[in-house]
Amino acid sequence: MRHLKLIPDDTKIPFSRWRYVAVGLSLVVMVAAVVLLVTRGLNFGIDFKGGILVEIATDGPADIGRIRSDLGGLGLGEVQIQEFGQADDVLIRVASPQGDDAEKASQAVVEKIKGALGDGVEYRRVEVVGPQVSGELVEDGVLAVLVSVALMLLYIWFRFEWQFSLGAVVALVHDVLATIALFCLLQIEFNLQSIAALLTIVGYSMNDTVIVFDRVRENLRKYKKMDLAELIDLSVNQTLSRTVMTSGTTLLALLALFVFGGEVIRGFVFAMIFGIFIGTYSSIFIAGPVLLAVGVSRDATNGGLGGVSKEKAPGKA
Amino acid sequence: MLHFDRWKIVLIYILCVAGLVYTAPNFVPKSKLQDVPAWLPHQQINLGLDLRGGSYMLLGLETDALVRERLQGLVNEVRGALRDVSVPYTGLGIKDGSVVVRITAPADAEKARDAIDGLSSIVAGNQFSTLPERDLLITADGPQISIVLSDAAKRARVQSAVQQSIEIVRRRIDELGTTEPVIQQQGIDRILVQVPGLDDPSQLKALLGKTAKMNFRLVSNAMSGQQALASRTVPAGTELLYTSDQLKTPVLVERRIMVGGDRLVDAQPGFDQRNGLPVVNFRFDATGARQFGEVTRDSVGRPFAIVLDNEVISAPVIREPIMGGQGQISGNFTVQEANNLAILLRSGALPVAITVLEERTVGPGLGADSIRAGEIAAIIGSVAVVAFMIASYGFFGILANIALILNIAMVFAVLSVLQATLTLPGIAGIVLTIGMAVDANVLIYERIREEVAAGKGPIPAIESGYNRALSSILDANITTLISAAILFQMGSGPVRGFAVTLGIGIVTSVFTAFTVNRYMVSVWLRRRRPKALVL
Repeated sequence: MRHLKLIPDDTKIPFSRWRYVAVGLSLVVMVAAVVLLVTRGLNFGIDFKGGILVEIATDGPADIGRIRSDLGGLGLGEVQIQEFGQADDVLIRVASPQGDDAEKASQAVVEKIKGALGDGVEYRRVEVVGPQVSGELVEDGVLAVLVSVALMLLYIWFRFEWQFSLGAVVALVHDVLATIALFCLLQIEFNLQSIAALLTIVGYSMNDTVIVFDRVRENLRKYKKMDLAELIDLSVNQTLSRTVMTSGTTLLALLALFVFGGEVIRGFVFAMIFGIFIGTYSSIFIAGPVLLAVGVSRDATNGGLGGVSKEKAPGKA
Repeated sequence: MLHFDRWKIVLIYILCVAGLVYTAPNFVPKSKLQDVPAWLPHQQINLGLDLRGGSYMLLGLETDALVRERLQGLVNEVRGALRDVSVPYTGLGIKDGSVVVRITAPADAEKARDAIDGLSSIVAGNQFSTLPERDLLITADGPQISIVLSDAAKRARVQSAVQQSIEIVRRRIDELGTTEPVIQQQGIDRILVQVPGLDDPSQLKALLGKTAKMNFRLVSNAMSGQQALASRTVPAGTELLYTSDQLKTPVLVERRIMVGGDRLVDAQPGFDQRNGLPVVNFRFDATGARQFGEVTRDSVGRPFAIVLDNEVISAPVIREPIMGGQGQISGNFTVQEANNLAILLRSGALPVAITVLEERTVGPGLGADSIRAGEIAAIIGSVAVVAFMIASYGFFGILANIALILNIAMVFAVLSVLQATLTLPGIAGIVLTIGMAVDANVLIYERIREEVAAGKGPIPAIESGYNRALSSILDANITTLISAAILFQMGSGPVRGFAVTLGIGIVTSVFTAFTVNRYMVSVWLRRRRPKALVL
């Protein structure tokens, strides 16, 4: 029986040759990310901005225009009304009231909305986040991403050498920035789930990079004279089949979630799907070139402080 | 690598069977669960509020008021202490969070300081030291003495207020007749409330929004509320309050409290026998009954005010002494309002006001939809991954799929045993784990392919495939585990559920995809002794 092979055996793709193009492209993306973040900004959800979110289901297709006029007269300030996945599902977002007692005022807004919409609709979801909590959530979110990148840096340093650590972290920062750029560009709502998606992307991207680096380390021991660019290419090619297979299975699972998992987590899943691509790209085109640029000291390639590979290093060349 | 000690084999079987057995209750409908024999596990996965519907609230305590109140009390204590030792003083008051007083005669300073020192008491230290600390920090600068609350004292006050509030919040929520509410402290001065199945929390919020400090006081007979409002001054010992109804009528009440709300032992909603309007019937304890009896006996013909959170609910006239310790509050209530008031009075007053900082309520419809969507996505995702693995690796793909199914069972088993909460992002975590769990097998199989291509025989190729993939598998999974751990630390609610399933899935997947899979391959090798590998 012949098995499905997405990648033929013994590929010899000269990835290193494209590194200037890839790094250039990524630099453009990273600069664009920063520019977009400043100019366009993230579309913060109520988790980070504070505010009120009400999801309602109506009997039959919703009359958005009527809901808008019903709520328009309440003096709630900025109100966003949109269809949510289905014609009878409507999402209403109201900005957090200003002032000292915003928490109490927010509760009053919910009561007003419920009063205006009446009992004819089903309240599927009501979320109220006061300014105090949303401020903390922003801090926690930023901190979580930073701490996670820092821990990855330490872990790779511990298991490999600092050059590897640097390559991996540059790739991580790249992935995080590119994902943020996507959020800015498409104005996808950025909320707590997005932070979860970012951290998952960080984990996945790291996962991919580590597999390549593991092989680089192994090959460094095996081919002591090989040119580093050639060696990195060889390692990427050797692991390419695995990279594509794993991305494939993960993408299959994520696609199922994207299509069938419901509207609530669609943005979250979308970000992760993007992350799988960007994470795979960066471990080949960013992590490798950084490693190539900083070089590796070849006499100490037994790895960092970690032990597993070192002990089991095979004797065969 | 392919040899297994007997005890390891036994352990693998035990873990796999345990995984299946502990997952099983989740497939039994709740109604049939009592028919399952007692020796089998009964625990089902705990569904998060986003899946089962319910209300999540983060309550903030207004702790600034606690310190302010304490300082206010301290001013009175200092006044008393200095009077007791007959030391004249000026300028006693609160300034920038401390109580300050100026001793008139410098010679008295020592005596005054000692007297104020006597007010200080000992509170427990912080969590890092068991050393007791003093609650007041007193500094003297010549005749000027200033007193501040120590951090330990502030902490102790906040902590006791939080504990007390949790108890009262619990009583109020219990009155709503909900099942399994979770009420716990969060951080220093917050309370987390989760009420499954509560899809309209407005009554709960109405109950939590009141501190419910209640007392009975006489209405002043010096002048009427309107007169006091017009004259802009109130006689000593009185204060101007307003009625709680729409009219907001001013009422001048005495500051002295006849009976405090803490003397109530029961309050029930009822109806006035004369006009049929909703009322609240209450009963005092023995002390309260005696106090109430004495005041009403001395003040027949005068109105008294029932004051709740500094609003006058009603101000009936005392027609006769009320000696039995029972009474009735009428105040133009609706049935709902009378009911709420009765609950508030029964559950007692909150030590401080509470604000809802964050609220997330999910209706039963959305929860059910989310479960259904999650199930469909998980099944389709699994089927796709399973098919993909078989197409890619044939027989070995089947072995990987058996490991995958065991992995899913183990994730559910661990969730059930730990009673961790499964949320919608948690389901996404499981689906993501399904995709990533086969990564270990992919790594191993690809490695074996390489070794075969390099001319190795089946057994050495498989041996070194597992050997060499192990380091990559561990590195790859530990990095993902780091992300999951951080998410668990910082996340709340649904997002935390994602971290839980992702974390559990990573750990169990290393066991199933590496160890269990390796065992299956070793059994196959021993039985078949293949000459060549088809992979």
